[in-house]
Amino acid sequence: MRTLEQTSRRRFLGLAGSTAVLGAIPIVTVRPAEATPAMLATAIRNVVGEAPVRIGKVKLDVPPLVENGNTVPMTVSVQNPMTANDYVKSIHVFNEKNPQPNVGNFYLGPHAGRAQISTRIRLADSQKIVAIARLSDDSFWSTSVDVVVTLAACTEEVI
Amino acid sequence: MASALINVPKRAKRGEIIEIKTLMSHIMETGYRHTATGEVVPRDIITSFVCRYNGVEIFHADLFPAIAANPFITFFTVATESGKFDFEWIGDKGFAETASASILVE
Amino acid sequence: MRSAPTIAVALLLIAADIAASPLSATEIPQAQRRSGYSFMTPDTQAIQDDDTANPGMLWVLDGEALWKSKVGAAGKACADCHDDARVSMKDVAAHYPAFDKTLGRPVNLEQRIDLCRVQHQQATPLAYESRDLLALTAFVAQQSRGAAISTDVDPQLEPFVARGRELFMQRQGQLNLGCTNCHDDNWDKRLAGSAITQGHPTGYPLYRLEWQSLGSLQRRLRSCISGIRAQTYDYGAPELVELELYLMSRARGMPMEAPAVRP
Repeated sequence: MRTLEQTSRRRFLGLAGSTAVLGAIPIVTVRPAEATPAMLATAIRNVVGEAPVRIGKVKLDVPPLVENGNTVPMTVSVQNPMTANDYVKSIHVFNEKNPQPNVGNFYLGPHAGRAQISTRIRLADSQKIVAIARLSDDSFWSTSVDVVVTLAACTEEVI
Repeated sequence: MASALINVPKRAKRGEIIEIKTLMSHIMETGYRHTATGEVVPRDIITSFVCRYNGVEIFHADLFPAIAANPFITFFTVATESGKFDFEWIGDKGFAETASASILVE
Repeated sequence: MRSAPTIAVALLLIAADIAASPLSATEIPQAQRRSGYSFMTPDTQAIQDDDTANPGMLWVLDGEALWKSKVGAAGKACADCHDDARVSMKDVAAHYPAFDKTLGRPVNLEQRIDLCRVQHQQATPLAYESRDLLALTAFVAQQSRGAAISTDVDPQLEPFVARGRELFMQRQGQLNLGCTNCHDDNWDKRLAGSAITQGHPTGYPLYRLEWQSLGSLQRRLRSCISGIRAQTYDYGAPELVELELYLMSRARGMPMEAPAVRP
């Protein structure tokens, strides 16, 4: 937990440095309120409604120890035949401690051939990532992964 | 000068599952950073990405601030016929960019 | 970042440890030299390896377009004199910074591009770290990919290399650390969770995940110098060019990787 005093000192050091690279406005971040477990639950409920979410079928590939929280490679895949009758409709990714619980929603269909997407995400702190897949029969499957982040994303400072 | 990098195989066999990789230049400003005087740097992100294959939508994504700068998105599709993939990125502040790539399916 | 006090303590401990030991900063033996690439996790290496996934390539693409666009009072494009960059710029970045006869001192690639703009295109120089200058530098540097770094063995450059070496070795700032203390003496260790690399400039300009943008070697040097709580030099300062020159000569023979990706 960062104290206000430490934040002020950082800010001072940030300003005391040379001219900001980004241009006229030096950007310094005061750490924003973190997402709460309640926000995560609400975000999931917005997608899932009252339907049960079962654990399984979904694989979440994120490096367990991240070099920089600004850019974390992530791959989500769902074990599924992807036929006209049995396919993945969408994949929804959530996080636990960023200021906002959603990461991305990805909409597929039988023509996708393989239910797998990759992207790069930001993680503000060591936290849990949750991926939920909606199948063609409107059932929901999920998995989650714990990631350790040594350099935070949303709290970048200028030097 | 926004630019996109698209990776689509130039040719594929009918029915083959191909991977499409896209990379778009964009700062993806989260809206959670502050200036030294305490003002919020406003959010400026790409919010939606769509891919159409010969006019038919085959993939779309909702993006949030948690997607890293210069969004990299990959997905799969079944190569059914020769033609064109059209990609569209829409975002805050009226951001709208497109790109396309052709494929020969035999 | 761990909180400033934690890093300060970590650095103080290293500084104390180094001050205690008999110091003659040993340069890294040739056979042990490693690019920053080798210190990264496989996931980050994968981002660099794939040209369609490497965000640095976005700047290279922009640079390719800029190469062909006519600018300035002379209405000339780089291509008008230099033709196809794949040919004319091949391996060029591998021997920068280079000596400029008129100025009587070395200039880096960014400065060379701006000199061309002013002298031959009659255009205003591009600002350091501006998108256009980064794009052009990335495009030119990429033409050297794979080439062995070979700063000119030029007697006129020697005093500047020596000066760069002094800057690399000198202790400075609130933490009284020299670049050499970490990058020559402690590169096989970690600092606040991150690997300490040997500090070779094989991949510049590069996409740094921390910046979420492409940036130049001078940007990195300024970050490093303020990171050890020393007064940093302005962009384009002769000290930074001398440091660049020393770093490149220290990395002589290592292959260029621009545009690289680093954490």
